[in-house]
Amino acid sequence: MADLVVSAKEGLLCVPGDFYIDPWLPVERAVITHAHADHARAGHAHYLTAAPGAAVLKSRLGEISLEALPYGKKIVHNGVTISLHPAGHVLGSAQVRLEWHGEVWVVSGDYKLDPDGTCAPFEPVVCDAFITESTFGLPIYRWEAQQKIFDDIRHWWRRNAEEGRASVLFCYAFGKAQRLLNGIDSVVGPIICHGAVSELNRIYRESGVWLPPTLSVSDVSNKGDFSKALIIAPPAAAGSPWLRRFADYSDGFASGWMLLRGARRRRAVDRGFVLSDHADWPGLMRAIKATGATRVIVTHGHVDIMVRWLREIGLDASGFSTEYGTDEDDNVAMNEAVAFKESHA
Amino acid sequence: MRKFACLYNELDATTATTRKLDALEKYFSANEPGNAAWAVYFLAGGKPRQIVSTKLLRQFSTEMSGLPEWLFDECYLAVGDLAETIAHILPPPEYETDIGLAVWMEERILPLRGDKPEKIRAALFDYWRGLDSQSRFLLIKLISGGFRVGVSKLLVIRALGELSGTDHKVIAQRMMGWTDGAVLPSAESYQKLIAPASEHNAVEGGQPYPFFLSHPLQTDPHTLGDIRSWHAEWKYDGIRAQLVQRGGRRYLWSRGEDLITDRFPEISGISLPDGTVIDGEILVWKNGAPGSFADLQRRIGRKMLSSGILDEFPAVLIAFDLLELGGRDIRGFVQLERRASLEEIVQGTGNSALMLSPLIDAPDWQMLEVLRSSSRARGVEGLMLKSINAQYGVGRTKEGGVWWKWKLDPYTVDAVLVYAQRGHGRRASLYTDYTFAVWSDAPSRERKLVPFAKAYSGLTDREIAQVDAIIRKTTIEKFGPVRGVTPTMVFEIGFEGIARSSRHKSGVAVRFPRMLRMRNDKKIDEADTLDTLKAMTRNHG
Repeated sequence: MADLVVSAKEGLLCVPGDFYIDPWLPVERAVITHAHADHARAGHAHYLTAAPGAAVLKSRLGEISLEALPYGKKIVHNGVTISLHPAGHVLGSAQVRLEWHGEVWVVSGDYKLDPDGTCAPFEPVVCDAFITESTFGLPIYRWEAQQKIFDDIRHWWRRNAEEGRASVLFCYAFGKAQRLLNGIDSVVGPIICHGAVSELNRIYRESGVWLPPTLSVSDVSNKGDFSKALIIAPPAAAGSPWLRRFADYSDGFASGWMLLRGARRRRAVDRGFVLSDHADWPGLMRAIKATGATRVIVTHGHVDIMVRWLREIGLDASGFSTEYGTDEDDNVAMNEAVAFKESHA
Repeated sequence: MRKFACLYNELDATTATTRKLDALEKYFSANEPGNAAWAVYFLAGGKPRQIVSTKLLRQFSTEMSGLPEWLFDECYLAVGDLAETIAHILPPPEYETDIGLAVWMEERILPLRGDKPEKIRAALFDYWRGLDSQSRFLLIKLISGGFRVGVSKLLVIRALGELSGTDHKVIAQRMMGWTDGAVLPSAESYQKLIAPASEHNAVEGGQPYPFFLSHPLQTDPHTLGDIRSWHAEWKYDGIRAQLVQRGGRRYLWSRGEDLITDRFPEISGISLPDGTVIDGEILVWKNGAPGSFADLQRRIGRKMLSSGILDEFPAVLIAFDLLELGGRDIRGFVQLERRASLEEIVQGTGNSALMLSPLIDAPDWQMLEVLRSSSRARGVEGLMLKSINAQYGVGRTKEGGVWWKWKLDPYTVDAVLVYAQRGHGRRASLYTDYTFAVWSDAPSRERKLVPFAKAYSGLTDREIAQVDAIIRKTTIEKFGPVRGVTPTMVFEIGFEGIARSSRHKSGVAVRFPRMLRMRNDKKIDEADTLDTLKAMTRNHG
């Protein structure tokens, strides 16, 4: 049987269904795994996405023709049965399950295995072929428990507050920011969010995700309060005039890339907190195994390396070249580019 | 080890001097003197000879991780640091150990040197099982002799000074030679280091003084005021060294605090009055002029000196300062006084291997600038300007007066980027190390690009990101970690010296090449030719 999904110039194409998954060029029908900018692009005629992600997608892309599908519910298009399953990456992120003539393919989008309080946890979906991301597809990437990272951040925040310094934590505005808020809570002092973060907080709250109370800078009349505050800002705010108001502050960056000393030093922040919304190496391996798939196609990240490894352990593996993040071996360079696009990690 | 790892983390995480100082003081005051002694040793730049070879470290960590070798190599390429790679790929720790740094070094690490591979393997597996990734990283750095962290020796000295209340200049003095590996750090040596200053801090043994370092002059020299309050000397391109004579013996120390007495017998043979310390520059001296640095390189690192080498590359010490006279530390005297005493000492020895660095007489700054422009023909790098009222400071201090180095502008050529390699550490995974080429001939169809220099410094992070992206897009071939690219980018390359060389394909070797700027305005056809480079070798000694 011919492949159910191929890599076309517009994006990943479901051939019999005649629709695309996370296409990077404008197409007629697009299934969107999640609303990060490199997966959800403007210009398609019709969008399909998981129901919990609809609000974010609309807020990012404006007026679009959008069908929102609850997790697990099946629809049929051109004979292909489509259903969406939680990917645990950000609010509304989904794996796309495609079934045609008894064969099942799953496109993972971006995913993370460990549950957090801000989105539905990853659900393994049994399939014949699994198309997986590989952002952190190297054995060096092995995350510590998120609780430990939240503790580290609270500890850093408390120490700064005691020394009369504001704590500025950079992270991606969509997904990571809310996961941090949900996990850290306002135990030490007030939490102030950059405008880019506040907008997404609103959507998360409206979707029923609990977040601690947050303020915007204009809510703070007494500048002295800044010194006890945790400020959540996107990486693009680094070095901007917006930060000057906080005078003396310590800064941190929360991202999976912070595992490596080189990346931490390049970022030139006081603290790097290793927290990622992607699967680490053991997570990728566990996820692949859980699908039971004998065929694995690797996209964005360390494609060549993962493919070679999966072949060595006996799977039929190959790679797709995509325009998510960037390709191949340039993980850290990608970090630089993507940080400003506010997307991965 | 865990506490030292925490200290390392804190020092590594911040760029703020005050926070580093805080962290150091906290560590030293909370730790036993034996551990503190080893910490001082490493922080001040001490490097024990490699204890376990890199090859074995790779082999054993790959075995313990259960990864195939190719995958280990891929990890190493992404991380750019062997110790860090190993720390991340090993399985999670099985138990916790809390053993102090001194016990680690003396009982667990140093005894591994020269041991049988299977014993080393068993020991490393055992150590790794009991350490978290941060401590593993540090352990491997200590074992492989690659420990480095962003503190200066001066900062360590300051922290010890603050902590003990002992004058930091006294501590700096006591610390000279601490890291040369001749004596192992111990609780006793640490306590001596921070003990209160005694009445007469007589320097014992052959220890040198901390070197006083200069600052680059970045303004118009007119702003320095009256030229008569300055001593101008040539800035030589050799090895900075102190010649110490005490107790009837002579010691020659390099700026890196290595004892190099045996390497330069001509200089160690200079007889001085007892209790004398001279600061100067070691040069190869030929036909009444400084030889090139390449000449000096023939002498550095050579333990066995044949008479042929000694004849062909004779070394001299150009004396420019006197730090001890008659057993008395005279660093607090001003330049004018020290210089007068130095002249007496040098004239008194009558040994041609000891030469006085001449003072350059110029009536005004313009005239001095004219003289400076003759530096290349004289085989020197430019000028040193020393305030006649300056004391001899410690490191880069400025309180007691300043030394300025007023170097010539570098040579420059426009060259084309042809190969790129990924960097290490902070630049891991980015293409930051480049090979540059110039054209073999004037424009013609057959001319080729000839590589002549590698450079990796001079660009901002933003520029590196741009260049990195272009390299990835224009790669035409890969050999291991090196990428060959379609030539598209022109850079202005600066360097300090140039000499003909038969070892290099281009026929020239350049010294301290670095990128001065990207020349996006230039096409590759406009890059310089080999003739331009060869012409430069003519006016260099």
